[in-house]
Amino acid sequence: MDLLTSTTVQQIINAVSVGAIYALFALGYALVFSILGVLNLAHSAIFMWGAFIGMLALDPEKAPILIAFSIAALLLSIPSILLEKRIVQPQLLRLPHQSQRFVGLIVRVVALYLLWQIGRPIYGILIGILPETMIIPAIIAFVFSVLGGGILSVILEFTAFRPLRARNAARLAQLVSSIGAALVLVNVAQIAFDWLYNRTEGYYPRDVQLLPFIPTETWIIGDLRITPIRVVILVIALGLMVALQYMVTKTQIGQQMRAVAFNQRISSLLGIDVSRVYIVTFFLAGAFGGAAGMLFGMVFLNVTPFIGESIALVGLTAIVLGGLGSINGAVLGGFIVAFIQTASVTFGGSSYRNAIVFILLFLVLLLRPQGILGQAEENRA
Amino acid sequence: MGFLIDGFNQLQTWLLILLSPLNITEPVLQFMLVSAILGLSIYLTLYTGMFSLANGGFMAIGAYVSVLLTQQAGWSLSLSILTGMIVAGIIAVPIGLPVLRLRDIYLAIATIGFGEVVRIMALNFDDLVESFIKWMVQKEILFDSLISRAETSDMLDITIRDNGNVRVNFELLGGARGIKGIPVMAETWMLVLFLIIVIYFIIRLHRSRLGRAMAAIRQDEQAASNMGIDVVYVKNVVFVLSAMIAAAAGGLSGHLTRIIDPSNYGFDLVVDILAYAVLGGTQTWAGPVIGAMVLRALPETLRGFSELRGLINGLILLGAIVYLPSGLVDIKGFRGLVAYFRNNRTQRKEMVKDNANT
Amino acid sequence: MPILELKHVSRHFGGLLALEDVNMIVEVGKVVGLIGPNGAGKTTMINNISGLDHPTNGEILFQGQAIHKQTPHKITQIGITRTYQNIRLFGDMTAHDNLLIGQHARGRATLLESLFFLPRYLEEERTLRQRATELLAQFGLEHVTNTLAGTLSYGDQRRLEMARALAANPKLILLDEPTAGMNPTETHELGEQILRLRAMGITILVIEHDMSLIHQVCDEVYVLNFGCMIAQGTPTEIRANPLVIEAYLGVDEDSRSPRLHT
Ligand SMILES: Nc1ncnc2c1ncn2[C@@H]1O[C@H](COP(=O)(O)OP(=O)(O)OP(=O)(O)O)[C@@H](O)[C@H]1O
Ligand SMILES: [Mg+2]
Repeated sequence: MDLLTSTTVQQIINAVSVGAIYALFALGYALVFSILGVLNLAHSAIFMWGAFIGMLALDPEKAPILIAFSIAALLLSIPSILLEKRIVQPQLLRLPHQSQRFVGLIVRVVALYLLWQIGRPIYGILIGILPETMIIPAIIAFVFSVLGGGILSVILEFTAFRPLRARNAARLAQLVSSIGAALVLVNVAQIAFDWLYNRTEGYYPRDVQLLPFIPTETWIIGDLRITPIRVVILVIALGLMVALQYMVTKTQIGQQMRAVAFNQRISSLLGIDVSRVYIVTFFLAGAFGGAAGMLFGMVFLNVTPFIGESIALVGLTAIVLGGLGSINGAVLGGFIVAFIQTASVTFGGSSYRNAIVFILLFLVLLLRPQGILGQAEENRA
Repeated sequence: MGFLIDGFNQLQTWLLILLSPLNITEPVLQFMLVSAILGLSIYLTLYTGMFSLANGGFMAIGAYVSVLLTQQAGWSLSLSILTGMIVAGIIAVPIGLPVLRLRDIYLAIATIGFGEVVRIMALNFDDLVESFIKWMVQKEILFDSLISRAETSDMLDITIRDNGNVRVNFELLGGARGIKGIPVMAETWMLVLFLIIVIYFIIRLHRSRLGRAMAAIRQDEQAASNMGIDVVYVKNVVFVLSAMIAAAAGGLSGHLTRIIDPSNYGFDLVVDILAYAVLGGTQTWAGPVIGAMVLRALPETLRGFSELRGLINGLILLGAIVYLPSGLVDIKGFRGLVAYFRNNRTQRKEMVKDNANT
Repeated sequence: MPILELKHVSRHFGGLLALEDVNMIVEVGKVVGLIGPNGAGKTTMINNISGLDHPTNGEILFQGQAIHKQTPHKITQIGITRTYQNIRLFGDMTAHDNLLIGQHARGRATLLESLFFLPRYLEEERTLRQRATELLAQFGLEHVTNTLAGTLSYGDQRRLEMARALAANPKLILLDEPTAGMNPTETHELGEQILRLRAMGITILVIEHDMSLIHQVCDEVYVLNFGCMIAQGTPTEIRANPLVIEAYLGVDEDSRSPRLHT
């Protein structure tokens, strides 16, 4: 009896910390959905990149590569953004309407190629300057993951979503382009993994000390064994969620985000810079995805380019459960999915873990498509 | 029939010689044809305005059913593929009835979920049966018939230890390893024939009441229902048809290679199928067919890029949706272009006339 | 003999009473007008009759048969069709094809018959196409037979929508502001079209703001305000009814159109 309860408590602790990661991840989905009304299926790829970047930063041998690459990218990004805004876009607008898209595509492909060629020597110089090994504190690595996720997400907004919105494309088109973006991100990661590790797999170090002053040894309380990392994850995830909640409800940009979520046209008439709201939203969503990725890596250690796949559907289930687009619902959904998964592993064996999540997803969609916290919409004739 | 097939084989040889500079070999061609059939299966649902991504799941059902029938029961290829199609069609009904009430993104998510459930079922089917039989043996339900079944069948193995422990071994779908040693019975001409049949079917469909109803539903579901169209019925019929076509593609492709396993039918496949439709466009049936062919041929033609297939797929999907919103086969765009040039010409003529007048 | 009967029909959207205890009788072969200020619930009523929406309470009878729980396509099949306030043609199809869709309920040929060009399919397709051509002629739309409906002029779209509603051979047609956006000449022509339909024995329920059209075509007028039926009578009676004038308060009573166009 005693044993049973202590394993149950153990399970609950595990479920809560995994749930925190899911919730963090699902928040990104929900943020973008509530503002844009579109499901960003590339969010899971950003999650994976978050885990990947964190892993590189924590690896003393790979950290210089990451840093050199980041600096090179930063150096190149400023002139290229200026070029795009000042020269490419205005010139494109002067072309006849029919050929704008095509010429735009060619110009950008060429520009990317040139950037790549310019970037390589810069990277070479930087890597020569930097020491061979660098030890980066875990908290800085975490910042890398968060920023990386955020920046990738903003890039997606510019390349995959904004052009579609500009021509008023259907929401489904945006879903498709997000799938395309996810494919690109995953495949690039695959190439990067191959290049850096010679295989498509990497490992986090054990016992990363993310927050100072917290010992990394396992705590043993009676029969319970608690790895501090799980507690740290919970603390960080909850902290981020509270910060988001504060931001959305109390700050000016948060109010603007809610206004845009309510109605884009009216918001822009009210003088809200809708495009800025999009950028902020995507950055936040990506940052949360990146953070979730790194925390995931610290718990499960093994990282591959494909870790996004399973969590993509978990996250989907979480937001559908909570009500698509509901931010609090996403958090709730994340925890529910984690608990159900843990319970199903305990009672049925791990191979059914995902099946149960899908069946859950299926049932919720059929019985209550608006989710737990969502409200049914009446359709107008 | 015989001389037709001969003639076709001649044609195919020539075609392959013509295509050889593009690095298109017979297996690649077969793959392209299967993809074209899959493209048509998603075309039907998209044309009706349903964003269903269940095709992968139905393809898996068709593949597993027909492969089991040829391999285990020794059925003929056509009959087993037909059975696979029927099974998929029958499964599509209870799935479609509730799911097709959902709209765009919700429908997409639910059908992705369906596909994954099918895949996971295929993955765990043997395990499930094993635990079930073990439970039956332990509870001594149908004990004798199970034991005698186990003795005659090579699928099922039951060992009972002296201490009462029961070990059951069941192998039908092979879990993650999949089914091996499938007889390679499908040939290129069958794929071509089936593709032609499907295209004919779709052309006729467009000229029928059902086809017009499909287009109406895509454009305005409520107005369509006010035209006397039973929207629920039409959507479900289309869903079933699409499932059957996907199942046929599964059955055919299952007999092209010696092995099938659940990983062939995951989310990647669904994304590929979607990419065919997006690249080709869904204004006519030719869109997904051409999209599928191009997308399948490209990695071969660009040899050396074959490791980058995923990346190229992603870039094409992204590029097509952003830069080619109507796909490669853009009839409206083409008409627009023709009209544009015609207008230009008449304008020029008028200008000439004006000049002559002055 | 009533063809359509609404008995104590209510439709509530949350707390909003779009229709409240509405009673109405439409006699066979009559043209009945439905007027009322913005948001009075007129479109809601048509939606409920045509099955796109369902009453919260009450019943709707068509030829004595309850239809308020029916699906839209069943309602069309038994003889009620409609047009929409904001035109809802199938914009990606030609005018001709729109009229083929309009006749969907009349077709019987199955997919199999069309696959193999069986006689019933060929025969049916011929009659459907012929009827579509006739309808185009009847509404003066021959010149746009093969034009995409979405690219037609506004007036042509309105006419095409009416032709499409007629295509199914209905007994009752519901017209939701058929003259919105038309000039007086076009409006008058449409009125004659409506009278022609009545001469063919078709009953018509028309929502209209233009009092001149109401006078031109209606045998009887119902007035809806805030979801309640406040008056009923001949067009002349309605114009003199103080309740109606009050409902339209703020609009010059002498003007032919009692309500500002929006
Ligand atoms: N699906 C719906 N959900 C919520 N409220 C609705 C819905 N449909 C209509 N309403 C409300 O019901 C009321 C009646 O609307 P309705 O469209 O029937 O008015 P109407 O008489 O047709 O007005 P108009 O002259 O502007 O066309 C309005 O207040 C409208 O906002
Ligand atoms: Mg109205």
